[in-house]
Amino acid sequence: MTAHLIACPRCDALYRFANPANGERAVCARCHKVLVAPRLQSETLVIVLAITIVILIFGAVYFPFLNIRVAGLSNAASLLDAALVFAKGPLFILPLAVLGMIIIVPLARALLVIYALGPLVAGHPAAPGALRAFALSETLRPWAMAEVFALGCAVALVKASDLAIVGFGPAFWLFGLLVVASLLQDNLMCRWSVWAALDEGRI
Amino acid sequence: MSAAITAAQAGLIGCRRCAQVWPQDTARCGRCGAVLEPHHRRSLSRVWAWWTAGVLAYIPANLLPMLHTKTLLKESESTIIGGALELWHHGAYGVALIILIASVAIPISKFAAVAYLALSVGKGGAAHRRMHLLEAVEYIGRWSMIDVFVVAIMASLVQLGAAVSITPGPAALSFAACVVFTMLAARAFDSRLIWGAVLGDKVVKT
Repeated sequence: MTAHLIACPRCDALYRFANPANGERAVCARCHKVLVAPRLQSETLVIVLAITIVILIFGAVYFPFLNIRVAGLSNAASLLDAALVFAKGPLFILPLAVLGMIIIVPLARALLVIYALGPLVAGHPAAPGALRAFALSETLRPWAMAEVFALGCAVALVKASDLAIVGFGPAFWLFGLLVVASLLQDNLMCRWSVWAALDEGRI
Repeated sequence: MSAAITAAQAGLIGCRRCAQVWPQDTARCGRCGAVLEPHHRRSLSRVWAWWTAGVLAYIPANLLPMLHTKTLLKESESTIIGGALELWHHGAYGVALIILIASVAIPISKFAAVAYLALSVGKGGAAHRRMHLLEAVEYIGRWSMIDVFVVAIMASLVQLGAAVSITPGPAALSFAACVVFTMLAARAFDSRLIWGAVLGDKVVKT
């Protein structure tokens, strides 16, 4: 390892590393990517948000997110229904993909972050494989599509309102909170600080 | 922090995931485990492979039906564009626009943007603009998945026996594949290639 150096992952510019103070940011002079942006206690907040996300996902899975009524008939759809709708017929890969992107990947990311950072926040040494766990969580990041699904709910509401009376169920609002929690978590986390903390085994 | 040289010029290699710096012939980042690859022009072949797969998947996605709708009176099928036009005629302009932007405008501009980025490697100039373009492609690309989710939601929600029922069509699968392939194409593009100093096709050891 070449210590005290940092290479911009965007443009490869090489810098001698100097840790900025909490609340300050180190930005790449060439491509303006934020390289390091530590915040006081941000790891604790990230853990709190990850726990919140896990709870919200369980709620969002079990409650219906949309309900529909027409001519005395009614139906309510939960996330599991939505994911499993493709299970019949030749489209069997789709339910796995949909279920993965809206439930499994966000849940896995939250659990991996808790596993990797939880012990450090609690003042213990890092758990075995903590670096690998955080690496996997980062790899999964673009495939967590909860916020896309939330907008999809709104579009479906308008589309289905042609056919029947449609309303939002409790899971829709849980999903809204989930989107906010994930965005907050992503923006609060300083990746360089997390990698460094996991590497040293302490915050 | 001020940069004088790049990691490649210093005979080093930077990790694209965690920014840690290693000697140039290191295979994997010793911190986060990411594979360390020098930014060769040949990495573009992976971009083109995913890009081609994405374009090919986009064709059936538009030709095949996305939704089958069955009511008491009639049975109908709609494609992506057909469904959006139907919404437009019903006066739901906002939603029709969201579908058209997410399913037509975004995929087509993504194909164009990734092709432009790959073709302009080594040409130099406009690096900041190209970087912004890549960031936009990476950020916006996932929103194309919205139509697949809408189909899933509609088909699970609108199941009212004989009165009205909706089932997904084969275009849902090819469109989902198209979105995934173009996301992979954008991720396969090494942004360091934008910033000049393209390495030759052989690893230069110093």
